[in-house]
Amino acid sequence: MPEQDPAERIHNFDEVPFGYSPEQAVEEASRCLSCKKPACESGCPVEVRIRDMIGLIRERRFADAYFLVKETNSLPAICGRVCPQEEQCEKYCIMGKKHEPIAIGRLERFVADFALREGLREDFTPGDRQGWVAVVGSGPAGLTAAGDLRRLGYEVTVFEALHAPGGVLIYGIPEFRLPKRVVAAEIETLRDMGVEIRTNVVVGKTVTVDELLGDLGYDAVFLGTGAGLPNFLGIPGENLNGVYSANEFLTRVNLMRAYLFPEWDTPIKPRRRVAVLGGGNVAMDAARCARRLRGVESSTIVYRRSRKEMPARVEEIHHAEEEGIRFELLTNPVRILDDGQGWVAGMECIRMELGEPDASGRRRPIPIPGSEFVIECDTVVVAIGTTPNPLIAQTTPGLEVNRWGCVVAEPGTGQTSREGVFAGGDVVTGAATVILAMGAGKQAAVAIDRYIQEKRKKGAR
Amino acid sequence: MYKILKKRKLNPVTHLFVVHAPLVARRAEPGQFVILRVRPEGERIPLTICDYDRSEGTITIVAQEVGKTTRLLGRLEEGDSLVDFVGPLGKPAPLPDEGHVVAIGGGIGAAPVYPKVRAMHERGVRVTGIIGARTAELLILEEEMAAVCDRLFVATDDGTKGYHGFVTGVLERLLREEAEDIDEVLAVGPMVMMRAVADMTRPYGIRTMISVDPIMVDGTGMCGACRLTVGGKTRFACVDGPTFDAHEVDFEEAIRRSRMYVEEQQLALHTCSCGGDEGCR
Repeated sequence: MPEQDPAERIHNFDEVPFGYSPEQAVEEASRCLSCKKPACESGCPVEVRIRDMIGLIRERRFADAYFLVKETNSLPAICGRVCPQEEQCEKYCIMGKKHEPIAIGRLERFVADFALREGLREDFTPGDRQGWVAVVGSGPAGLTAAGDLRRLGYEVTVFEALHAPGGVLIYGIPEFRLPKRVVAAEIETLRDMGVEIRTNVVVGKTVTVDELLGDLGYDAVFLGTGAGLPNFLGIPGENLNGVYSANEFLTRVNLMRAYLFPEWDTPIKPRRRVAVLGGGNVAMDAARCARRLRGVESSTIVYRRSRKEMPARVEEIHHAEEEGIRFELLTNPVRILDDGQGWVAGMECIRMELGEPDASGRRRPIPIPGSEFVIECDTVVVAIGTTPNPLIAQTTPGLEVNRWGCVVAEPGTGQTSREGVFAGGDVVTGAATVILAMGAGKQAAVAIDRYIQEKRKKGAR
Repeated sequence: MYKILKKRKLNPVTHLFVVHAPLVARRAEPGQFVILRVRPEGERIPLTICDYDRSEGTITIVAQEVGKTTRLLGRLEEGDSLVDFVGPLGKPAPLPDEGHVVAIGGGIGAAPVYPKVRAMHERGVRVTGIIGARTAELLILEEEMAAVCDRLFVATDDGTKGYHGFVTGVLERLLREEAEDIDEVLAVGPMVMMRAVADMTRPYGIRTMISVDPIMVDGTGMCGACRLTVGGKTRFACVDGPTFDAHEVDFEEAIRRSRMYVEEQQLALHTCSCGGDEGCR
């Protein structure tokens, strides 16, 4: 797929891949074997009917392809961009055994972009009202649950703590990977269906889950609040000026558009040399955002294992390398140095080597004694993971969480320890992917429908 | 949108706003705060809840014009609306039920101190209030404080009203004369003032609580911009505070962190087109 030249794109926040033209899409679709038993579909957490979508693209019936995808996937323009297809649908593609797998993600993006461009609107008429459901959090899990519940005939209200809906799609994933207008447009399609979205409501503060189920009259609550609490390393110097959590760094850049300061009011202060700690997609996003900010000369990923163990998508690592991001691998920070004025003046690190595999199956990094050295930097972004925000657990009596603060929910349904309360996405699993959260939202929608219908039957008896 | 129902000028650079926000008013408690934005391109700024009226569905905030956002806020009039207004955030202040409390509001700090003093007053706590400002003209909420304090001292740096000097000067005298009669000190104001208060009460072993106002982005525990060290541990002011034990706070770090964006704040003011004066073109 054609994309922006790295030398150019490090000076802007525009989307990197341009997307297929209709001709390119049809050509790619023509490679599909239309398997009788499409293995690709077994790899999709939201059960997109991939084979038929591709068939319609081949026939140039792009609108029909879009509506087909929309039946099972509320957010195709987003999935087509940020799903790790190489580990899902494309991993199972028969073509991939000998050649390149069909570029399913790019095709999905193509039909979704086609629909957004053409202003295609689904013809949606809600059926008989089945009840009321409150969805907490407007990220991928919440939006998916909301869309599916609406299709089942429920009145759905989505509560969002921030001033704009989208969750991690809007505060976390950068504009150049997922343009905010795309997120806004997908959310608009849900509003068109009658889903109500209320921003500036912090559930656990502004209202509680008990109030939603009580006085406010909702039949069920879905918690899709994500994993928003940043982890820090606990090393000396972490509170120096110039040290950011990845959440803060990305929120300033993405949600608050700090790269447009002072036209937009929120500032950010990466000075010249930025070091990003971590090896996941969030670390890549932060390093690539930093690279694009005015005044930044270098952006370096510091990761304690080797490239092979990096949790980030291969494509993201590749894009980062193209953009001149440096990689200090097998390197672990020991302390962040003070310039004497309370600002970051560098980071002392130690080299690591890989030992025996640990519980995660990855080889455990072990420090090499005496290998300490200093990475020159004046800004540090800590991207070593997040855990769920405890606000809701703290204010919802009887809601069970595990020792990592994740809400305990039944696999397959999202049922929590509280009757009428379901949960899915990162708040249950800890930080994972957009598509897994969407899959959980989808399953929870089915379970919520079943719960409300059964309760009604019992009530009628 | 959140409509401004009432605006009152407290001093030349400070305004009080009564904002229609029924959901926030429903659960607001003294010590909590809101986050607001004044325009679609605006930043999120935290402001302490100064008062609330559950039946009217209103929240009262007080804002001193310091940066671009507070300056834009100061330009808004009754009938105008804020684009975003979320809360109540943070933990309610842990207030005593009995005894004698010295409550100090330095400068704009009188606004966040006021609802706490009123709440204590209502539950029968004896309160000695101290409010201060650079000069008499800048004093705020004197009448309101007087109504809920058993006695109120006023201090001005230039001696134009009350005690000639800082609020800590009044506190020093109270400690000297009646320390054994003081159960708790509550202080809100500039970091340096709160540090001075903490240093002053430490030798007496009097419990001293402060309310911090650090840089924040989301205000819900997501970003960690507001982190500070309390008792050797990192805390987030937005969810663990904003009220903390002053004797445990690392003031040096907190003061340093609060100055992180001073240059950007100036730049924003100088490039602002809000129609104001003093560089705010």
